[in-house]
Amino acid sequence: MPVPLLELEDVEARYGAIRALHGISLQVGEREVVSVLGANGAGKTTTLRAISGTVRRSGGLRFDGSRLPRSPEAVARLGIAHVPEGRGTFDELTVDENLELGAFTRRDRAGYERDVKEVIEHFPWIAERRDQQAGLLSGGEQQMLALARAFMARPRLILVDEPSLGLAPRIVKQIFDVLRSWIDEHGMSALVVEQNANVALEHSERAYVLEVGRVAVEGTAHELRGNETVRKSYLGY
Amino acid sequence: MADVLQQIVSGIASGGVYALLALALVLIYRSTGVVNFAQGEMAMFSTFICWELLDRGVPYWIAFFLTLVISFVGGVLIERLVIHVVSRAQALTVVTVTIGLLIFLNGAAAWIWKGEQRTLENPFPTRTFDVGGVVIAAQDLGIIAVSLVIVALLWVFFQKTRVGLGARAAALNPESSRLHGVPVSRMLALGWGLAAVLGAVAGILVAPTQGSFDQNFMLPILIFAFAAAVLGGLDSPVGAVVGGVAVGIALNLIGTYIDFFADLRLPAGLLLILVILLLRPSGLFGRRIARRV
Amino acid sequence: MTALRYGLRALGLALFVAVVFYVPFRISDFRASEFALIGVYFIAILGLNILTGYTGAISLGHGAFMAIGAYTTAILVADHGMKDLWTIPIAGLVAAAAGFAFGLPALRLSGPYLALATFGIAVATPIVIKKFDGFTGGSGGINLFEAEGITGLPEFIVTLPGGHQLSFNDWLYYLTWTIALVLFVVAWGIHHSRLGRSLRAIRDNELAAAASGVWLASHKTLAFTLSAFYAGVAGALLAISAFSVQPGAFPVERSIALLVGLAVGGLGSLAPLVAGAAFLVFLPQWAQDISKAPGVPSVIYGGVLILLMMVLPSGFGGLIRRLTGPLTSRLYRRS
Repeated sequence: MPVPLLELEDVEARYGAIRALHGISLQVGEREVVSVLGANGAGKTTTLRAISGTVRRSGGLRFDGSRLPRSPEAVARLGIAHVPEGRGTFDELTVDENLELGAFTRRDRAGYERDVKEVIEHFPWIAERRDQQAGLLSGGEQQMLALARAFMARPRLILVDEPSLGLAPRIVKQIFDVLRSWIDEHGMSALVVEQNANVALEHSERAYVLEVGRVAVEGTAHELRGNETVRKSYLGY
Repeated sequence: MADVLQQIVSGIASGGVYALLALALVLIYRSTGVVNFAQGEMAMFSTFICWELLDRGVPYWIAFFLTLVISFVGGVLIERLVIHVVSRAQALTVVTVTIGLLIFLNGAAAWIWKGEQRTLENPFPTRTFDVGGVVIAAQDLGIIAVSLVIVALLWVFFQKTRVGLGARAAALNPESSRLHGVPVSRMLALGWGLAAVLGAVAGILVAPTQGSFDQNFMLPILIFAFAAAVLGGLDSPVGAVVGGVAVGIALNLIGTYIDFFADLRLPAGLLLILVILLLRPSGLFGRRIARRV
Repeated sequence: MTALRYGLRALGLALFVAVVFYVPFRISDFRASEFALIGVYFIAILGLNILTGYTGAISLGHGAFMAIGAYTTAILVADHGMKDLWTIPIAGLVAAAAGFAFGLPALRLSGPYLALATFGIAVATPIVIKKFDGFTGGSGGINLFEAEGITGLPEFIVTLPGGHQLSFNDWLYYLTWTIALVLFVVAWGIHHSRLGRSLRAIRDNELAAAASGVWLASHKTLAFTLSAFYAGVAGALLAISAFSVQPGAFPVERSIALLVGLAVGGLGSLAPLVAGAAFLVFLPQWAQDISKAPGVPSVIYGGVLILLMMVLPSGFGGLIRRLTGPLTSRLYRRS
């Protein structure tokens, strides 16, 4: 089995005195979408934060075989893009500036222009709104912008936190379709946290189910859909 | 009428100085959420450094640029060594640190330069122009010109460069900026360095207009700059410039035309600003913070 | 609160009172006047703590409320022949009224905007005092030396059984500290009362407090008013101890000093604020003792202040909380 792109081994994380992760182990390989499922408070968001370095964590975290650095800036420079809960929109900057910011760690001008064109292909509404303040966008548009921003960094791994939250099903499908095309065309991988297990399993290869800071179930999307407990607790049937 | 125009023009010149210092305050407030009460004393110290260089025979504009460089470094050092350490503490603590810095710098200047009055060279010709009956001093024009150039350079930096964009992002949303690889702490230090440069320019421009200066000369100017920044909205650079110019003009007009208020210039100016604040509690251009419940 | 907690607090207070009572017997006359000044600052800082500790508002203008209190006392004693002691509560009330008048509109402002507003008051105060000289005696101020209302006089000496002599400065000391202790207990009472809880609720989460029925506007104004009262009392005591008032006695620096004293003492603490007051009185002197060269005392004062805030961001109160935290949590059951 080739070295996985991302590997977490027994990772713990805490918020002050409260331990949120009690030893998470998971892997993300090349060119795959992996989902992280679970109820509120299970530690899904914390897992993503542990990877990007925005929360204090301990344990084994390896990206491409080497240890993940501590600071979020360094993790971003390695090629991991984190689309956080709340989207992290820069309200007062224009849509264009938001995209430019996404490419902050890049220096290639030509590649940047090409990628902006691709982003507009996926999200056509951006073309007319480039000079608009990002804070004035709707929730769905901000989510798409957040994804676009992450893409502009040409990451190898993209972490997405609750992409479907508060969005219409049509937009959710659009977002997952775009994600899939990036996986297929650009060789990225994605780790997606989702409360909507149905949507997540529909679009992922594999998934982990977290409960109270630990991995409770793991497997392919197919296996999880066949798992009776998972079906009853998270899929609703 | 010509009289009023004259007062307005020289008000714009003094306003330019307030605008520069107000911009420095806004820059730091936007990026670190702190009102830097020591901004004036930092500017004063820079002015003394410029004086020292000139005293040793350094040509004016070289001394000017050298002072800006030294001030930048000073600002960065202060942020890294002092401010960064208390940046997570409560507001009162940070305010007290800047007050301590104010006292420290004032004392240091008095100690090094013996508290004596010094004069700073005026780089502009002392002639005046007569424009349709309005007498305009070349020095005032010079001050306005330099202020405009500095503000323009800053604008270009923040709006048109990658680092400038990173700095703006770091001020708006530090958490999200980190996720995009922006070195937020370094941006904060950069902000303090740039603010120190702004203050230095303000001090160097205004010192010659006062005849002579000592370590206390920036204190009233800081008060006016603070008022101007608040008036314009503490998170608005445009507001700082508008506020600065407005304060400059208003003070000039009040001082000249309203006799009763002549020695009440400062409180009158502040009162005016307070009235405006009551109508617009976040300043003229400040962001109204709508809170999501 | 459990009986144990009350008991410990009462013991602490008794100890505090005993120490305060005993100190003049062990120190020189000059020191007594210094300690009296510490008491004055303690009162003012207690007041500022009520404002900043509960509403987070940073005031750069409480020196103005001290000035109002001082001038009230001076005018009442000099022009109306009132006994100085009775003027103290009145001075507090007048200052409180000013605090109320200011607090109402100030509510619309927040953070640095409010700070500027208070700063405006501090800056304006000496100028306004000088301007309305018919009332205030202008630049010369008001002199209280000859006034009949003054209780303690410089020549005042009392010999106690046991042979010890109490001087005017001792009188000043006991006057100041008696009032300080009373106001300290009041502040403590406020903290543990329903009012205090409401105020703390506002501080911690305005929105939730309002949703729970706490009327924000009135509580914030109340905090302002109370803090102004304390400052007014402190100002009155200053007038009495100096036998005079002048506009120059209340420059902006005094307002800023109160803020510094609060930060050093520790925002949100009560008794440790004495440390802040002591800092204000002793450090400038100590700096001058080291060197009188121009600027050096300021370098020392500023430098010490910066270092202190870096090492103890929550002041001495914060330090004490950190040290006694583990101790007290073992004494008390977790409530």
